[in-house]
Amino acid sequence: MSDSNEPADSTGQEMFPPVPQAKLSEQIRPAILSVLVLTLLCGCGFPCLLFAITWPLFPRQTGGSLIMRGGAVIGSDLIGQQFTRPEYFQSRPSAAGAGYDGTSSGGTNLGPNNPKLKSGAADFAGIRQLAAEYRTQNGLRADAPIPIDAVTRSGSGLDPHITPANAALQIRRVARARGLSEEAVRRRVADHTEGRQFGFLGSPRVPVLELNLALDQMQQGGPSTSH
Amino acid sequence: MRWLEYIVFLLIVVGLAQPAGLYLARVGQRRRTFLDPLLCPVEAVLHRLLGVRPEQEMTAGVYIICFLLFGAGCAIALFLVLIFQRWLPGGPVDAYLTTPMTKDLAANTAVSFSTTTTWQAYGGENTLRYLAQVIGLVAQNFLAGAAGLAVGFAFIRGIARERSATIGNFWVDLIRSLLYVLVPLTLLGSLVLIWQGVPLNMAPYTLAHTLEGRTQTIAQGPVAALEFIKNLGTNGGGFFNANGAHPYANPTPLTNFLGMLAIAVLPASLMLTFGHITYRPRAGWVLLLVMVALFLVGLVVCDWAESESPPQLAGLHILGGNMEGKEVRFGVGESVLTAIVTSNTSTGSYNSMHDSYQPLGVLAPLVCMLLGEVVFGGLGAGVYSIVMAALVGVFLGGLMVGRTPEYLGKRIGPGETRWIALYSLLTPMVVLALTAVAVGTSAGRSGLVTNSGPHGFTEILFAYASSMTNNGQAMAGLNANGVFYNLTTTIAMLAGRYGLAVLALALAGRLAAQRRLPITAGTLPSDTPTFGALVFGTILLVGALCFFPALALGPIVEFFQH
Repeated sequence: MSDSNEPADSTGQEMFPPVPQAKLSEQIRPAILSVLVLTLLCGCGFPCLLFAITWPLFPRQTGGSLIMRGGAVIGSDLIGQQFTRPEYFQSRPSAAGAGYDGTSSGGTNLGPNNPKLKSGAADFAGIRQLAAEYRTQNGLRADAPIPIDAVTRSGSGLDPHITPANAALQIRRVARARGLSEEAVRRRVADHTEGRQFGFLGSPRVPVLELNLALDQMQQGGPSTSH
Repeated sequence: MRWLEYIVFLLIVVGLAQPAGLYLARVGQRRRTFLDPLLCPVEAVLHRLLGVRPEQEMTAGVYIICFLLFGAGCAIALFLVLIFQRWLPGGPVDAYLTTPMTKDLAANTAVSFSTTTTWQAYGGENTLRYLAQVIGLVAQNFLAGAAGLAVGFAFIRGIARERSATIGNFWVDLIRSLLYVLVPLTLLGSLVLIWQGVPLNMAPYTLAHTLEGRTQTIAQGPVAALEFIKNLGTNGGGFFNANGAHPYANPTPLTNFLGMLAIAVLPASLMLTFGHITYRPRAGWVLLLVMVALFLVGLVVCDWAESESPPQLAGLHILGGNMEGKEVRFGVGESVLTAIVTSNTSTGSYNSMHDSYQPLGVLAPLVCMLLGEVVFGGLGAGVYSIVMAALVGVFLGGLMVGRTPEYLGKRIGPGETRWIALYSLLTPMVVLALTAVAVGTSAGRSGLVTNSGPHGFTEILFAYASSMTNNGQAMAGLNANGVFYNLTTTIAMLAGRYGLAVLALALAGRLAAQRRLPITAGTLPSDTPTFGALVFGTILLVGALCFFPALALGPIVEFFQH
């Protein structure tokens, strides 16, 4: 039947349109079969088709955008890593497991007024402490303004980025630890800073692992990474 | 710059509404589409295979029962997949699956994904096998979304038809929704996601040796199979625990923006489908513009609360908006946009942690849910949510002008009003009663493992609002994986999906049987700005009457506490 879009005949007293009506007893079979067949179609057919199309097209992305060096995986473009050494730019604090645990994504879920968030607890560094540590590490005055991403934990705990403002405050420390000029490091940071996508989407950001790798390579001419 | 993104987003949604709405009308009315040469044969094969008689039409009663049978079948199938997942081949290895798939968790998850709620009391990467995610969850994301769209079509037909005993054929609507809408769009969208970096593999978790010589294990999986349909079907449950915040699930601002469009475009377009099929295109536009206005209110409040420097950190010399629980690539802008889009559309695919939002920042998404997902709303469900709200407005308007209320030529008599009143009361009754039970029992309070006080109360209210509106996003500080929350959120999810849809379809059946009334001088016109203002006011008024006391105990008192 076709579900007509014409204005219906309003003169007749019969119900309109006079179509065959489905009987309830005949709906059991489609109910059972539709669950099975459509589950197979959407839960097996669709993913297999997607695999078949994208594996040849995007082999690197489908595999998780892993970064290889000397035959070993050192991480992923997309997944943040923890850095503690002064010669590396440092990622944001993380609430994923013990920090950047790639099997346990998540945030702190602490409410904004929860005292633990600001003041910390026995096994948890609060924002006040994180800010003090950040200032000490980077040789900043005790009242130097710092960007908030440096002292807050991301939603995933795996945030691969820091803000350009956060990177800028770390340049002096990294340059000193590496024996490089601040200008050379600053240029590297600028090279790797990503703007808003298409000029208006999201926020400007610096991928920490990618930047640190680039610095290592520049200085050591070390084993090159392959993507 | 944030506002540029918000405005571009709304312009795209509203701009696509007309073409997409007309296409959806063709799908719903079984008219020719440009995909016919490809899909008609598939449709015919599926009809034969499933024993569907496409020439038959269903009464509202039979349509409802088919919808219920299908939902029950889906829930049972998913429950079995989850319970038996340990025997499924493939990764990840058992050592990483630290959250056991208990029976109550499996039942909760089965209901959750078969009702488009996708409330997740577990963390994906440490609970589920890859094949369970694909055969179980990916399939349900398609099926539950398509069933919702089918109900939306039937509801529209009920208002459009006159002197009709029937409102369509559920199986035909279901299959057409899948074939002509969800599957092709998901294929295209998933390609973009994978191009941007969303993985699609069955590999074991990767062991990486980091630059500083530590080891890092990185969860993998067929992530891309889930991540687009979760938004398009207005489901929202993610592959990983952190959902849309996880860089594998949502690697770039573009993937996030695309996901938000996938959520909002179809439900917004359905308003124009509604206007088209009921021969009142302007009435569809009025409802769509009411949605946009409500959307903007939520966006402004949330954006203001989150982009201010957190007042709790005053004196620490910290610059920038609230970034606790937010990702740098999204910043405050895309996080807020996502919070408001997902909370308005019964899609829980958050990309930032709502638990760490400022009190007014979390008030906005909470209210968006409590108003009944009327802004765009769930796929299909959004149509009847806003029309039901409009009908309450029509009823109030009728009282004011002293005439029998009517909408689009249909009389809203005592019989119809009964269904509308029940519909309007169901959400507050379920949400408030369950919240009261949870805060009144130690089992409920024991879920407050992270936060307490008014913030803890907000977490609980948020949980039931989210499950009742089939949204699925959580303030994740609430530990909801226990028998108490698994059971009570299941009740809310069932009431929100089937309770509301049954009431809406029953009303549609009554309206279909009616004759269309001629327009007279006494008719309250339904396609004017005045009517839009009436609907807008009614939604806020009814919402405030139902929920203000509860909101005052949660986010509002927390706002004044600081």
